[in-house]
Amino acid sequence: MALTGMQIYKLLPKTNCKDCGLPTCMAFAMQVAAKQKALTDCPHVSEESKEELSEASSPPMRLVKIGPEGKQFEIGQETVMFRHEEKFHRPCGIAVRIPSSLSDEEALAKSEKINKSVFERVGQTLKVQLCAVEIDGAADPAGRAKLVAEKSEVPLILMGKNADAMKKAAEAIKDLRPLVGGADASNIDGFIDIAASLKLPVAISGKNLEELADLTSKAKEKGIEDIILSFNTENLGDTLRWLTLARRAALRKNFRALGYPALVEVTTKDAEEETVVASAYAAKYAGIVIIDNVEPWELLPIMVVVQNVYTDPQVPNTVEAKLYEVGNPDENSPVMFTTNFSLTYFSVESEVERSKVPAYICVVETEGLGVLNAYAGDKISAEKVVKTLNEQKVAEKVKHRKLIIPGLLPIFRAEIEDTSDWKEVIIGPETAREIPAFLTNNWKS
Amino acid sequence: MEIPDVKEKWTSKINEVTIGATKEQGGTRAKTVTVGGASTLPFMNFEGDIPNRPVIAGFVSDVVPEWPDVIKNAIGKEISSPVEWAQKNVKDFGVDLISLKMIGADPSGENRQPAECAKVVEDILKAVDVPLILWGCGDDEKDNHVLPECSQAAKGENCLIGSAKEGNYMTVVAICKADKHKIISEAPVDINLAKQVNILLQDAGYDLKDVVMFQTTAALGYGYDYVHTIIERCRTVGLKGDNLMASPQICDVAGETYRVKEAVADEDILPGWGKLERRGPMWEAACAEGYLQAGADILVMAHPNAISAVKKTLDKLMQ
Repeated sequence: MALTGMQIYKLLPKTNCKDCGLPTCMAFAMQVAAKQKALTDCPHVSEESKEELSEASSPPMRLVKIGPEGKQFEIGQETVMFRHEEKFHRPCGIAVRIPSSLSDEEALAKSEKINKSVFERVGQTLKVQLCAVEIDGAADPAGRAKLVAEKSEVPLILMGKNADAMKKAAEAIKDLRPLVGGADASNIDGFIDIAASLKLPVAISGKNLEELADLTSKAKEKGIEDIILSFNTENLGDTLRWLTLARRAALRKNFRALGYPALVEVTTKDAEEETVVASAYAAKYAGIVIIDNVEPWELLPIMVVVQNVYTDPQVPNTVEAKLYEVGNPDENSPVMFTTNFSLTYFSVESEVERSKVPAYICVVETEGLGVLNAYAGDKISAEKVVKTLNEQKVAEKVKHRKLIIPGLLPIFRAEIEDTSDWKEVIIGPETAREIPAFLTNNWKS
Repeated sequence: MEIPDVKEKWTSKINEVTIGATKEQGGTRAKTVTVGGASTLPFMNFEGDIPNRPVIAGFVSDVVPEWPDVIKNAIGKEISSPVEWAQKNVKDFGVDLISLKMIGADPSGENRQPAECAKVVEDILKAVDVPLILWGCGDDEKDNHVLPECSQAAKGENCLIGSAKEGNYMTVVAICKADKHKIISEAPVDINLAKQVNILLQDAGYDLKDVVMFQTTAALGYGYDYVHTIIERCRTVGLKGDNLMASPQICDVAGETYRVKEAVADEDILPGWGKLERRGPMWEAACAEGYLQAGADILVMAHPNAISAVKKTLDKLMQ
């Protein structure tokens, strides 16, 4: 949280010595607050002041990195409670559990499934980011950790309450920088020892937020910086309330003891309930969600909740302006155009798909605006449509010269017909919803 | 260690809207459903009251919707009869009320006549005793004929009628005043327009305390983020005292979900994405759960597995 000029002034010697090049300490403080000078530009500032400033200027929620250099999972440093206030910065990571009850063979098979849980959707890659290995109950904790670590392509979380077992497992794979999970009031000393000696991030839980703050403070005193708040209550409502309160305390009050990203371990047995519960946490403040199931039908809905909630609301969502082919169109298939606002494009695309009439969709670059906004903002014109059709060589794809245009832009018809080879412009429906009926009833090549 | 006090001090609350009328109230419903009334964000009961839990309305349409077979099969053969579908929703799926949409009236579809639609309303009112939400087909001009007849058929039942838009609100206000129904005000993913429509309703003499807002609904992955944020913003400004935005909110999750690829296409089209039989309902459920967290008060849902999964979370959320 940034300090004001006045707060910085209090940290200065207040001698107005001018050694910093500015006339007064107050002037210097204002420049530091505006980030035009660094506190260290004052040759006389005390060590205590430097420390205080660096503490105060560090982000209210810490950034924690899990995993080895090069393929680290990074989480935290969030700044707002609601995405419309700015944006959510680092998408919630899905972790899949490898229970200790699995045999080595089964554990490897599940780890392999986790590796393969990679999906492409609207130009982005969605995947399981972490593999949570249960240590308690494993006959050979170090062996189990090593076994999975060798095959896993994603960073690991080690889960357990038993500090001795955890120590063996963590030591065995310490170079891979796993997250040490499972610290609570009963085992905190042992876990602090592991995290401090092996320099690993640690996830800590408490029976309430007060106890959790005590435990994270204790870890911090021992020099542990990379902490994750861990919640594993089975009560969805309580957990969501704790996640909200912890985040508010960190972001609004700069409360350091809770200024860390959060992890939620979902423990329900029912796979469908697990999907829904994980989606709720993904939408509301969990940085990591641990689940059991690794089936695509369960992972994908959760992943897309994350994908949507973590979309930057300040940046218009766009698709690449190019010619899209829906359902293997041929030389007789309809051609239509729309804008590159992704919501517009995907609405058109999914309705064309629903119509089962294969078609070409020419996407015109409109800086991410929908049809009407693009027209009002002068981002689309008949001339630009013709130019785009030429650039995308649409005429080479079809025999006919019929072009379906958005029903909201009937005004383009004459100019397109007059200035291009597209001699038959058909005014399409005003909304995407009407496309299937339109294509079924009105389209004849 | 003491945690800093981060409770919000909300100055107002979301309007409480009751749907349905019992015999004593001039209708024939066995019970009414009340939504809204919260003086805090969803499930944040440490800083305000949440007198009513969000509810699930079972999706029913006058004609069979164009949904994938695996989804229709999960609902059962009853889907081909609006009356039986409504009954199954209440008895087997455990919904709180019924949301009936006149898809068949769409001029670009079956173009069913208003009288046929009104007959469906009558039949459903006889067959189930939960409150009813009534929608037209979405075509303003046609709905201007469909909604009055449907409203008339449900006179005195205190239905929730949708939807009043910038272009057709006069008709909706007139029939809802005459037949004593509540109104859904609709604005397509636009918070300013949402307020504008509410102002129009108020200027037309309709009490905003009887309005439920519909920001339109986006399926998961298709503009969900926009709708999620608008619902959150409406809830927040409503709690901060903007009486024009303090209406409870409805999401038509089922109506939108089974139009998008991820909830329609099976593994032959989406290899490696899992069976549609499982993926479809979870697409609906995750979307509904997300909107619940944003602040939705009424979720229109269809698939029994999706309904059951979301209901389970509601039980826990309201504990």
